[in-house]
Amino acid sequence: MAERPDPTEGRELPEARPAAHRLRWGFLVWIVPIVALAVGAWLALEGLINRGATISVTFKTASGLEAGKTRVKYKDVDIGTVKSIGLSDDHRDVVVTAELTPQARGLIVEDTRFWVVRPRITGGQAFGLGTLLSGAYIALDPGKSKTSRREFAGLENPPVVLSDVPGRQFVLRADDLGSIDIGSPVYYRHVRVGQVVSAELNGDGKGVTFVAFVNAPYDRYVTSGTRFWNASGVDFSFGAGGFKLETESLASVVIGGVAFQVPPDSEPGQTAPPEAVFVLHKDRETAFKQAVTIRDVYVLHFRQSVHGLVIGAPVDFRGVPVGEVANVGLEWDPEHREIRPTVEINVYPQRISSRFRKRSTPIEDDTVRARTLQRLVDHGLRAQLKTGNLITGQLYVTLDFFPNEPKAQIDLAKAPLELPTASGGFTELQSSVENIVRKIEKMPLDEIAVDLKSIVAQLDTTLRSVDALVERVDTEIAPELRQTLESARGALGQAQGALSQDAPLQGDLRGTLRDVGRAAEAIRNLADYLDRHPESLLRGRREEESTR
Amino acid sequence: MTAMAAARGLLSCRVCGEVNRAAVRGASAGVHGASAVVHCARCGSPLHARKPDSMRRTVAFLAAAYVLYLPANLLPILETGELGGPPRSDTIMSGVVTLWTGGWWPLAVVILIASIFIPFAKLGVLTWLVISVRRGSAARLRGRTRLYRLVDVIGKWSMVDIYVGALLVGLVRFEPLASVSPGPAAIAFGAVVVLTMLASQSFDPRLLWDAAEARRG
Repeated sequence: MAERPDPTEGRELPEARPAAHRLRWGFLVWIVPIVALAVGAWLALEGLINRGATISVTFKTASGLEAGKTRVKYKDVDIGTVKSIGLSDDHRDVVVTAELTPQARGLIVEDTRFWVVRPRITGGQAFGLGTLLSGAYIALDPGKSKTSRREFAGLENPPVVLSDVPGRQFVLRADDLGSIDIGSPVYYRHVRVGQVVSAELNGDGKGVTFVAFVNAPYDRYVTSGTRFWNASGVDFSFGAGGFKLETESLASVVIGGVAFQVPPDSEPGQTAPPEAVFVLHKDRETAFKQAVTIRDVYVLHFRQSVHGLVIGAPVDFRGVPVGEVANVGLEWDPEHREIRPTVEINVYPQRISSRFRKRSTPIEDDTVRARTLQRLVDHGLRAQLKTGNLITGQLYVTLDFFPNEPKAQIDLAKAPLELPTASGGFTELQSSVENIVRKIEKMPLDEIAVDLKSIVAQLDTTLRSVDALVERVDTEIAPELRQTLESARGALGQAQGALSQDAPLQGDLRGTLRDVGRAAEAIRNLADYLDRHPESLLRGRREEESTR
Repeated sequence: MTAMAAARGLLSCRVCGEVNRAAVRGASAGVHGASAVVHCARCGSPLHARKPDSMRRTVAFLAAAYVLYLPANLLPILETGELGGPPRSDTIMSGVVTLWTGGWWPLAVVILIASIFIPFAKLGVLTWLVISVRRGSAARLRGRTRLYRLVDVIGKWSMVDIYVGALLVGLVRFEPLASVSPGPAAIAFGAVVVLTMLASQSFDPRLLWDAAEARRG
């Protein structure tokens, strides 16, 4: 570098004035990074606190969900946002990752349930209509557990009952689903008091188990004596009182339903505990039937077709149902060397005893029972098939006394006991009809047809001659008849002329009659004169008298 | 070799420009912190051979800037809400990405450069300068000085982001329809910009030469 001239040259530079000693506050500059650190730490901490939980929920489909937009809501309050939507490892499900606000932390526990709220219309109600505009969102129902969890399997359908709704659940067992579905209403005396929460097949595939939720004030009506029945559809019945239609509500006709009630003649009992198990009867009538605990099995052998007799068909005694058909089959009868229909019936003696209150305890001893039965059979007790419905040909079994039936002995050794049968009823009628038909079949219908044909031919010719006759009458007899009639009319006209008022005959007749009247008057005068002067007959008329 | 003004006991007043003769030699100890202070004979302003406490202040401001640089980039800088949509919050980087994917790529580039590259470059350059002073490096002194000048001039423009944000917050106030509010990163980012400016201001480029001189001499 080149030497430069000294800037101080040529002028006297002022001397800087020394200042008083000053405190050294230079280190204070370090406050800045410390404050920055504090601010940074605070921001980081705040971020951590506000971060909330990140959860992942699996669904079958992500329809309507959008990463970054779809909200997570509880009671319609925003508590988070869907951050990402992806496929599960096995590509079967959709994994939705959502970030929740810190206040939602307590809601995310083990048994919390998630589902997607979309617009939905079911039998009775419409849900989530708001989502038509705002788009689907994920709703949750917090669980009661204390353990938190971060991964959930979402529900495909919204839960029917939220966990914060007071009430109790009851388990119902039925043979089949009927038309009941999840969400079907539960009725108590036609009041809607709950819903069916779940419906699934039993593990063994035999039967269906429902879970019904009954809302809080009404759940106390579910007692140990309560009967549940399927209230779906419409119950038509024709009774002696006429036509009767029964249904719980119009909605239950469409979406099915369950009803419960304590039978009117029984005790309600204790309030049922939650999750108590009940049988779901198929209708109200069945539900209210007395519970059957004792049944007697009898075997019936028929000598006629049992077509139309189904298992479950009623067995009645003079119109009162006392049992039902348990089995229908065929059996080899070695005695008569034939195959005959065998019907097994269940008779519920309680039904009988409940109607004859005196004998409240059913007969349990078999020998006693057999002896009683023998006595009844001696009086003519027989089983008979009867037609319940002429159109469908449904049969049922009726028990009645037929004193004219031949004596029958009950084989006491047999189990189940055999009850003698009487043929009859419609079946008998049927067989006689069959006989008639058979006789008709035997008739020589062909020959009759030939005869009929010839008869018809003869009839034809006869008719033709009749026709010719009529023609002759028309052409020959009719003109003559006309002439006769004309002359008759002439004769009548003459007669009329003769009889008319101004006719000469009439005038003559009138003159004659007048003369006759005069003659009669003269005779009367004469008679009077004679009455007064009878002597004149002898002396003749006196002169003076005659001149007067 | 150049005879430094300070070495000759001459101090120029930064306020009135008067050159003073300093009796106290300790005034040259700018590198190692403040020493006894002298005042200008003409205007009475304090005289320093070098910016006072330069290294310490620069390092402190840099450290603070580094600390706040993280939240400035990681936390949302702008929270926007619009009708029907959920509120969304953007960090600087996600904002850039949004702009880019939205087709506003020139704006995206501007924001990217002004808000991410420049602050980072400033921090990096200043850090490098401080380290090189500490180590007394004599290499590329002119180049480093030019860099410093660049940092000082360009640093102001890194406020673009904050400016845009502040503008939006002020402009978009249709509360039910749309809303924009600054996020926590806005404060941090503003602080980073201010701190880097302070750091570049408190850094004395003459120290580069002093250090080189000291090493050589």
